[in-house]
Amino acid sequence: MNIKRVLTVTKKEFIHIRRDKVSMILALIAPIMMLLLFGFAVSTDVNNIRLAVCDQSNTLESRELIKSYENSDYFNIYAVTDNPKKVEEMIDAGEAKAALVIPPDFATALRRGRKESVQILIDGSDPSIARTTSSYAVMISNNYSQELSNVKVINTGTTLSNRLGVEARAMVLYNPTLESSKFNVPGVVGLILQNITVILTAFAMVRERERGTIEQLIMTPVSSLELIIGKLIPYVFIGIYDYTIVLILSYLLFGIAIKGSILLLTLLGIVFLIGALAMGMLISTVAKTQLQAMQAALLVLLPSVLLSGFMFPREAMPKLVYALSTTLPVTHFLIILRGIILKGVGFDYLYKTTAILVAIIIIITTVTVKKFTKKLD
Amino acid sequence: MEFAIEVNNLIKKFGSFTAVNNISFKIPRGKIFGFLGPNGSGKSTTIRMLCGVITPTSGEGRVLGFDSYKDTEKIKQNIGYMSQRFGLYEDLSVTENIEFYGSIYLLNKKELEDRKERLIEMAGLVGKEKSLAGTLSGGMKQKLALCCALIHQPQLLVLDEPTAGVDPVSRREFWKVITKLASSGITILVTTHYMDEASICDIIGFIYNGSLITIDTPEELYKKHKVENLEDIFIEYVAKLSSKDAVLSFKEIRQQEGSV
Repeated sequence: MNIKRVLTVTKKEFIHIRRDKVSMILALIAPIMMLLLFGFAVSTDVNNIRLAVCDQSNTLESRELIKSYENSDYFNIYAVTDNPKKVEEMIDAGEAKAALVIPPDFATALRRGRKESVQILIDGSDPSIARTTSSYAVMISNNYSQELSNVKVINTGTTLSNRLGVEARAMVLYNPTLESSKFNVPGVVGLILQNITVILTAFAMVRERERGTIEQLIMTPVSSLELIIGKLIPYVFIGIYDYTIVLILSYLLFGIAIKGSILLLTLLGIVFLIGALAMGMLISTVAKTQLQAMQAALLVLLPSVLLSGFMFPREAMPKLVYALSTTLPVTHFLIILRGIILKGVGFDYLYKTTAILVAIIIIITTVTVKKFTKKLD
Repeated sequence: MEFAIEVNNLIKKFGSFTAVNNISFKIPRGKIFGFLGPNGSGKSTTIRMLCGVITPTSGEGRVLGFDSYKDTEKIKQNIGYMSQRFGLYEDLSVTENIEFYGSIYLLNKKELEDRKERLIEMAGLVGKEKSLAGTLSGGMKQKLALCCALIHQPQLLVLDEPTAGVDPVSRREFWKVITKLASSGITILVTTHYMDEASICDIIGFIYNGSLITIDTPEELYKKHKVENLEDIFIEYVAKLSSKDAVLSFKEIRQQEGSV
């Protein structure tokens, strides 16, 4: 292998990228767009749910309950009426996502020390909103009733003995405010690193064949190894650039700092990058045109978004799909990313995941090299 | 006498298909060898074997004295190749294309600068140095491709249908350069479908269905066939070998068309 030849190919490849608008956008702008999109837009946080209230009691107690809903960030009071039919209509029309129905004898029952129920109606057409809404609503009501009984205990001076029970106190680690950007953004780093490199690499390899320039190249002394390495180098740089810019922006825009070792993260990132380059090359061995390469790339990239645990928890997947997700390098890299960025764990916690990731990448690279040498013959 | 190309019983099979069937010939240095034959007759396969890109199934091949099995790297270092399809980078400028190929052949900076300047001048591309190759006319593209094929001063220049799709004036200009190169001692192997181009060659080989049918100087061929026209000789061979009905001459086609 001759370094000068490799660098000659690299220089040429950089010129191609510089003169090709699509490649430039894909390499430099797309990562930032993806970060903004997934960081801001893809939010599973449920805030400001429009709540319709049917207050049939209209007492101090009922207003207090409504107030406690209003005071939480989760709900906005959309309308207050005393007609249960009206709130149902509001949900039907999509004006309100949830409704709180307070029965007429709400206050009376409470004053008499009886247990009273309120009803919460939830628009279940979007299950993820419904689930969170339901738990928020229950939480607020429980808090309120807890307060009530505390007040009662103080007022009446009764002992606490009859109120013993198990109280579960949840403490959320790593992401105490449960912001979904904290969960999404580290994942975006992995997806960007993979998607951009896979697409660009596959394109670069196929382009030479599609345009017929490979015919000329094979007549020169440049070896296939020199050609491949020379062509890959620019994409290593682009991968590292994307990785760096996304990490910096996630700190600046989303306040996500890397809790663990940046060095470890970068090292494992480079390992992952090698895997992505190999995948791109593997695609180029089956695709004859850039269009085919794009389609083949989507075949790899779509499962990476859906199955890797980037958006949906893998624990909930059917066994077969779960097994499939295990074969994706990005699945394991996401665990590493979240581990180092959010939890700040070190290699002693990640060695198993790393071992699996490395094993998968070795397999992909071996297959790629085998297919590639066969193709050139 | 040392030969630029020496081929003995060369065979190339792809599976059960024989692309090149037992061909033998010798081309002295400094000659223009015209390699003729219909599309798919095995011309390109032969060229690829000679250039060390594909390995022959059997037989011997020596190019510039190098073995076409073992010394493929040395062969590649000493031949220039230019193909029918414009094999250069359209999004690179004229100089960038030449510099790229020069660096691939590991020329040092001074050699590259000197030769680049001379080649651009020879090809009449002065003033176009910064133009992207994709914006050049067909004739200029061919000349640029020739510059890239000559940047490392090869001893053998392989031209695979170099003038396909190029206008007649550009074709003549191109061939003027080629004959000049040959007189400077470079051996030239060229395939073409233009018989006027073939008649300039010193030696003509005719290949059909993977077999070399004849190899001779144009003068000898004229004598043997008693026509001063390579096109008729070419068609005569195809007609005889393919047992197709004799292909009519253009004049006959025109007359027939007129009588309908």
